[in-house]
Amino acid sequence: MTDPRLLLLSPEDNVLVLRRGIEAGERFDFGAGEAVADRSLSLGHKVARRDIAAGEPILKYGAVIGVATEPIAAGGHVHVHNVRSNYTPTYSLPDEGT
Amino acid sequence: MSAFAGYPRSDGRKGIRNVLVVAYLVEYAHHVAREITLRFRDRDVHLIGFPGCYPNDYAQRMMRALCTHPNVGGALLLSLGCESFNARLLREEIAATGRPVKTITIQQVGGTRAAIDEGEAFVAEHLPALEAAERLPMEASELVIGTICGGSDGTSGITGNPAAGRAFDKLIAEGAACIFEETGELIGCEHIMAARAATPALAAELEASVAKAARYYATLGYGSFAAGNATGGLTTIEEKSMGAYAKSGASPIVGLLKPGDLPPTGGLYLLDVVPDGEVRFGFPNINDNAEIAELMACGAHINLFVTGRGSVVGSAISPVIKICANPETYRRMADDMDVDAGRILEGHAELDEVGAEIRDLVLAVAGGAKTRSEDLGHQEFILTYKSFEPIGPACLPAAE
Repeated sequence: MTDPRLLLLSPEDNVLVLRRGIEAGERFDFGAGEAVADRSLSLGHKVARRDIAAGEPILKYGAVIGVATEPIAAGGHVHVHNVRSNYTPTYSLPDEGT
Repeated sequence: MSAFAGYPRSDGRKGIRNVLVVAYLVEYAHHVAREITLRFRDRDVHLIGFPGCYPNDYAQRMMRALCTHPNVGGALLLSLGCESFNARLLREEIAATGRPVKTITIQQVGGTRAAIDEGEAFVAEHLPALEAAERLPMEASELVIGTICGGSDGTSGITGNPAAGRAFDKLIAEGAACIFEETGELIGCEHIMAARAATPALAAELEASVAKAARYYATLGYGSFAAGNATGGLTTIEEKSMGAYAKSGASPIVGLLKPGDLPPTGGLYLLDVVPDGEVRFGFPNINDNAEIAELMACGAHINLFVTGRGSVVGSAISPVIKICANPETYRRMADDMDVDAGRILEGHAELDEVGAEIRDLVLAVAGGAKTRSEDLGHQEFILTYKSFEPIGPACLPAAE
């Protein structure tokens, strides 16, 4: 039973979107198993729905929104530290995603 | 039974406000123009202007479109006297529409104080007539509505943007023209979007406009993506694009506009905001208000502004309806927000319900109800250098 704080936007997606924040150390069910948040995750951020290999496309809304730059474990935070754009690099402040 | 009442203009359009604009034609006239507007605070006297001293066809076209916008009833132009802006041409274009207009040249009238006094006298003379002007019945089909998202986060594409899209679908069904924009925030969705074009030739134009944006931003080295987008959970420009694209709703796309082009029919239009030619003047739009100015130049009476992180801006000339996508932001900033779309995320409302609420609010605001940003006195405005080629023949539907 997927944690109600997580939202699946399209059946083919490999990420889930947070409807509410999850605190560091909290356990949550990502639908195919359980994970523990290794950092505080804010509303609107994404976690992996399954293991994602380096080079694999990230799917949200059923569309490709980027490429994994390193392996991402199921339940892990999917963001600027492990995903790159296929178009232009993302600008973020230095401590983003860590 | 008409929906509301509007101010008739000589070109056949109607306005939902009757603003007197005070427009500086170069930065050196900005202070004088601002001082004049401050003497009429809380009345519909709005400050707009162009800061540059050197010629720019786009700025000239934008100022003409804005000073003859249906929400504008008169204009006061402030010139220093030696800038490149063609004040005479702009004044003639405004006068030709029957609106009261005057140019004050600061060098000629004798400096700051004299220019402020003369400007104040002009506004005092014409404002009462604008405030007392008769309104005629107006229909939803006569409206032009724009949409923009700013301060987007991971909630924007799930709640606020699709809700704005539902409102667009409803307004288009009633005959309104609706405009979505920022081709640089459609990068990655161009093929899905092109599939909604009314003609194959328009589909090619839509794809080309996004390809142009991708090239332009790649040259700049940045996407249309701010640090706060990442803090809010957005990871890439194509992710932001997918969310932004939802603002367009589900109607067929009937045309592609560039700033200053007026939609000839109702229906859904894309506004191409990325300059043509080589990268010359830096960022296509340095902030959200630059985009709002361009939507207004295409005749937008009202703009729907979707924010997740929490923007506070309004605009000169056309009211801004703020749709808050993020429930946490809404709780912090409710005073600035017209619509709480974040409740969709918490299961308290359906998309369609919020879409209907936005549509109803558009008609209420068109009828004179004040938006939050109007109430708070927000009248942000910016206009910068750009360069565009005219749109191609495939871009517009035949006028009705």
